[in-house]
Amino acid sequence: MSTSTEPIATPAPPRTEPLLEVRDLRIMFPVWGGILRHKVAEVRAVDGVSFTLHRGETLGLVGESGCGKTTIAKAIINLLKATAPGVRQEGEIFFHFDKSKPPIDLLKLSNRAMRPYRGEIQMIFQDPFSSLNPRHTVGRIIEAPLRLHTPMTAKERQDRINWLLERVGLQPEHAGRYPHEFSGGQRQRIGIARALAVNPQLIVADEPVSALDVSVQAQVINLLEDLQDEFKLTYLFVAHDLSVVHHISDRIAVMYLGNVVELGTADAVYHTPVHPYSKALLSAVPRPDPNHARAKRTMLVGEIPTPLNKPSGCGFRTRCPIAKPECAEKVPPLELKPNGSKAACPYV
Amino acid sequence: MSSSPPTSAPSAASAPPPGSSSKALLSVHDLRTYFRVEGGVAKAVDGVSFEVFPGEVLGIVGESGSGKSVTSLSVLRLIPDPPGFIAGGQIVWRGQDLTKISYAEMRKIRGAEIAMIFQEPMTALNPLFTVGMQVTETILQHEKVDKPEAFERAVKMLERVGIPDARRRMTDYPHQFSGGMRQRVMIAIALSCNPSLLIADEPTTALDVTTQAQILELMLELKAKRAEASIMLITHDLAVVAETCQRVIVMYGGKIQEMGTVEQIFSNPKHPYTKGLLASLPSVSSERRKRLHAIRGNVPSIMDLPSGCKFCTRCDDVMERCHTLEPPIHVLEGNQQVRCHLYEGAGR
Repeated sequence: MSTSTEPIATPAPPRTEPLLEVRDLRIMFPVWGGILRHKVAEVRAVDGVSFTLHRGETLGLVGESGCGKTTIAKAIINLLKATAPGVRQEGEIFFHFDKSKPPIDLLKLSNRAMRPYRGEIQMIFQDPFSSLNPRHTVGRIIEAPLRLHTPMTAKERQDRINWLLERVGLQPEHAGRYPHEFSGGQRQRIGIARALAVNPQLIVADEPVSALDVSVQAQVINLLEDLQDEFKLTYLFVAHDLSVVHHISDRIAVMYLGNVVELGTADAVYHTPVHPYSKALLSAVPRPDPNHARAKRTMLVGEIPTPLNKPSGCGFRTRCPIAKPECAEKVPPLELKPNGSKAACPYV
Repeated sequence: MSSSPPTSAPSAASAPPPGSSSKALLSVHDLRTYFRVEGGVAKAVDGVSFEVFPGEVLGIVGESGSGKSVTSLSVLRLIPDPPGFIAGGQIVWRGQDLTKISYAEMRKIRGAEIAMIFQEPMTALNPLFTVGMQVTETILQHEKVDKPEAFERAVKMLERVGIPDARRRMTDYPHQFSGGMRQRVMIAIALSCNPSLLIADEPTTALDVTTQAQILELMLELKAKRAEASIMLITHDLAVVAETCQRVIVMYGGKIQEMGTVEQIFSNPKHPYTKGLLASLPSVSSERRKRLHAIRGNVPSIMDLPSGCKFCTRCDDVMERCHTLEPPIHVLEGNQQVRCHLYEGAGR
């Protein structure tokens, strides 16, 4: 554990220092149609989202499929420009990569200009089967970011790989093996080692444990927490499993149809949700306790509308138990509620 | 492939002592389903015995490779042969051994008396046929009705499972339905001939939490209307089991490790594996960020299971004989059954 490649630990900074500021982010995907494949419509996947991620904290981003949580994660690592032609991104994502310098807006950077910052923001993906190149050895997979972002020599890189493998609970001899020789949990550890390789400040984790077996999930969650304490990492933790998100996050943002509808500390959102959607979402979560079971729950009617035909005003009004005619008029802003959370509903 | 254990597993002794007064609807005895694979035989299900009683919801939980899905597929004789085959045991359904009957006879039972819903509602429905045709087909197959009558019954079924505007949607194709709606269609097909047993294999795993709550509610609601009908729910999600089942089977490594009522399994688990699984869940009440209890190691592949107790490589209470001697099932107080050496002599 004490090789020369061990990173120098930074002093614990206060949790109020912003690392990433997302301001009024809007992401529109084109819908192509007709025989000439022209743009016929736009899907507003993210529709005016703002939040701040503080240094050293974990912000959980939860919501159901199609709510825009993964799109936000991809926008932060500036992946959409490369993978979704015709996408429109508005707003700002300020990254405070260095306290002594002004923040930079990641959204405005070209792919080339983004490159120096990529080492500071790394991603852990959901599927440990498709996110590792099957034709590369584990060593080569973890080495890739080191080659790209550090001036290390081959020997230094080798030491670092061995150290990383040990740190995530694998053995240095695993470096010569291929991904298919590992189980899902072990593969996710390889993905974590790769993300950690270049000492990033921010790790965006998109559903990092949802593909894993229950008995292995706990191992990976513990590992992520240990690494955060050790390296003062900041996590944006995107997931749909609310009990996992509550466990790992300091704060939670609940999303519905491209908007953040509630934002507060993990305990406040989990135990005293304010927004009607958060309430319904939490009451729908099954609890591993037969005595709690069959308790009264607020069952939502209907289905999530697609972002293509998002209702006007509050996106949740079509399924909301307390909807009023005024809800159709404008998108309610996030406002502070008595329990300290912010919720986008004026009637709670 | 490791050689077989020196002491053969005393699985014949694991005959279920029916504590319940009612007669079993389905009784599976010493079921062995193997797969011929390169380099040997994978024992996916190896000596599984259990019963399903009329009117109950029985949950089978386990992780990937535990044999839970293969067990349910074996009951319906849906194991692809080759490579799979039922190597031994009986599946007794209404006095008939399903492992002995012809495919033609099996086809009459499948869908009519025992129906199944699958995890992935997109692949389980044929994309080339309308939803209406797929529901009607099952009815026409099993009952003596003409087409218009079958059509009317199909409309009624779709209405019962909560598909709005059912008559018009009969002519829609599966891709025009959302995930939750497709799962409702699957349930409509499964229940269209009033089966006595519904096997649901991970019915809500691919769905969002609020949709999952709706589908589970629907299944229980429909079951409540027919007192004698039973459900066998196969899932990896302990919380879903806690909320829906009366009895639970915990599987690991192709064998039943523990069996009992939900109350027994969740408030008084006996097997170290069950205990570990429950402890590894982030709980509502527990302190946030407290380290989760993790079961060490990884889920072993069924090709290299240990020769003694299947869980011995990951068990915290492992003893010397666990490595060589497969533990028999011990029947404890309240008819709770556990396959573990720790409970030797602890029986009733």
